[in-house]
Amino acid sequence: MEKFVQLHGLVAPLDRANVDTDAIIPKQFLKSIKRSGFGPNLFDAWRYKNHGEPGMDNSTRPLNPDFVLNQPRYKGAQILVARENFGCGSSREHAPWALMDFGFRAVIAPSYADIFFNNCFKNGLLPIVLAAREVDQLFAEVAVTPGYALRIDLPAQTVTTPGRASFKFAIDEFRKHCMVNGLDEIGLTLRHADKIRAYEAQRQVREPWVFT
Amino acid sequence: MSALTLYDKLWNAHVVHEEADGTALIYIDRHLVHEVTSPQAYEGLRLAGRKQWRVESVVATADHNTPTKDWDKGIADPISRTQVETLDANMKAFGAKAYFPFLDKRQGIVHVIGPEQGATLPGMTVVCGDSHTSTHGAFAALAVGIGTSEVEHVLATQCLVQKKAKAMLVKVDGALPAGCTAKDIVLAVIGKIGTAGGTGYAIEFGGSAMRALSMEGRMTVCNMAIEAGARAGMVAVDEVTVNYVKGRPFAPQGAVWEQAVGYWRTLVSDAGAKFDRVVELDAAQIKPQVTWGTSPEMVLPVDGRVPDPDKEKDATKRDAIERALTYMGLQPNTAIKDIRIDKVFIGSCTNSRIEDLRAAASVAKGRRVAANVKLALVVPGSGLVKRQAEQEGLDKVFTAAGFEWREPGCSMCLAMNDDKLEPGERCASTSNRNFEGRQGTGGRTHLVSPAMAAAAAIAGHFVDVRELR
Ligand code: SF4
Repeated sequence: MEKFVQLHGLVAPLDRANVDTDAIIPKQFLKSIKRSGFGPNLFDAWRYKNHGEPGMDNSTRPLNPDFVLNQPRYKGAQILVARENFGCGSSREHAPWALMDFGFRAVIAPSYADIFFNNCFKNGLLPIVLAAREVDQLFAEVAVTPGYALRIDLPAQTVTTPGRASFKFAIDEFRKHCMVNGLDEIGLTLRHADKIRAYEAQRQVREPWVFT
Repeated sequence: MSALTLYDKLWNAHVVHEEADGTALIYIDRHLVHEVTSPQAYEGLRLAGRKQWRVESVVATADHNTPTKDWDKGIADPISRTQVETLDANMKAFGAKAYFPFLDKRQGIVHVIGPEQGATLPGMTVVCGDSHTSTHGAFAALAVGIGTSEVEHVLATQCLVQKKAKAMLVKVDGALPAGCTAKDIVLAVIGKIGTAGGTGYAIEFGGSAMRALSMEGRMTVCNMAIEAGARAGMVAVDEVTVNYVKGRPFAPQGAVWEQAVGYWRTLVSDAGAKFDRVVELDAAQIKPQVTWGTSPEMVLPVDGRVPDPDKEKDATKRDAIERALTYMGLQPNTAIKDIRIDKVFIGSCTNSRIEDLRAAASVAKGRRVAANVKLALVVPGSGLVKRQAEQEGLDKVFTAAGFEWREPGCSMCLAMNDDKLEPGERCASTSNRNFEGRQGTGGRTHLVSPAMAAAAAIAGHFVDVRELR
């Protein structure tokens, strides 16, 4: 997994609540058996004026000029600011894959859906929770400040605005450790292989039917 | 010992290891696998040179991409076909306790076949790379939907890294009025607590109305716990649970059965167990529900009218209502019963079990699908459900009324195969998500119960199934 320590990145605002994973990456793109290549279809239905299908040449499709990610000032954005319950719906990990493939490294929102939130950490995409009024402030500032960029410091757990306002965010120690060091979670878990085997042995006695 | 919730009991029984911050390794008993979220996980395993931890924990099927007609012609879409063939190849290479491939008579939607085969048992932890895994909680199992990295993690380690959620009790007491179903209960719950109301919680559904539901009904409720944002939904074990499991192909038998049932009966919340939040609903007040917007919380009783954004003071909510009305092509204050539909979909892991098909058939019997309804699809949840329905003659009832009777699969629930809405088409659907584009780009979805979907097909617009003449 890619490490995440510090990031100074351009911000794109997506001013909608309950953005679901079907919107982030529509299902027709889930037919791929790879983890990469989803970036051009991120927010496909909002981003393009025509219907997208896998295998299309996305560079020739008509863009929806009103969609925020199509505005030149947000080109190259690495931080997405969104509203509450971001990533609700399907468990598809293609959603964080698509966000990362597009170039995002962090999302900031007041809240996330549970599975999406988990999936982000497995891929080095940092989902930051800030208070609703702090997110309001970011939306207000980004709207009036071309080139608006934030500084994210994961070890210090802070988000700093160009105006030097600094917001603290919470994160599990374990998740932070994995992200900062780019650790492979499977490898970490397998260090407990003996414990897993011991657990299986006693469960087998207690609930033998589970193991047949 | 202090009083424990059902969730506490299931959690405690599966902790392998716990870090100081509460992050735990949870042992996984049953791993359900399908073609869409697994290829990258098996690929990861292969690339890292890792072995599967416990092959017998895996039960797999192909469901999301499979067509629902012309099975003799195979899968026409080459990309879908590749995905299904990749699952075939992975099953060959890695193995499983059971695999029901495309064309197998036991193939079907992963959340229908797990319980049907007895692969889902009380007291188990169940995972699947699919958010509606919460369905299996109906068996007093701890069932969670996971992403592809977690699928790989479970394949390699048999464990999931989790932190314990908070516990919520949704207590539904009283007698559900005739014509109302489990689907109406869960839509009413989501309408009440919102799509993020369950975030951070595992929900136990209890109360006399839940106890009165069949296993099929309980699965419908738990299935949509995820639409309330919950990590899991669950129902305590009782006679109904035990009777359903008994005799299923993978259920224990003989002396082991007795031992299992003895343990399963302890899978209830203790009297006095503490929940972090309790939500109560009076079942007698529930009416047939219809969603009007693009989120399952945008739901109303069938006698309601779609909201007027001008009456909403909160700016974000007003914006959401306006956006939903625009997408759905609806005017503020329109009566739900005046909304005309183009298509009907009866199916999905929410409502494609035998009881659902019976409910829809009892409405369709002796009636005709309205002329303005272009397509009314009935898609059974599995090959076995289909066969049973045919033995009961339900397929004849449907086809005589003008419905199409199809092969099992996810179908128009997410429209990855050919079954989809065209832009602007409006559908009465028994599935679980009404998000923008869910059933096809530009398609408009109204979530309802099977009986309500059948009634809408007959009337050509939404109607209270209890008033259908
Ligand atoms: S029926 Fe729909 S919700 Fe259920 S598993 Fe299939 S796609 Fe997912």
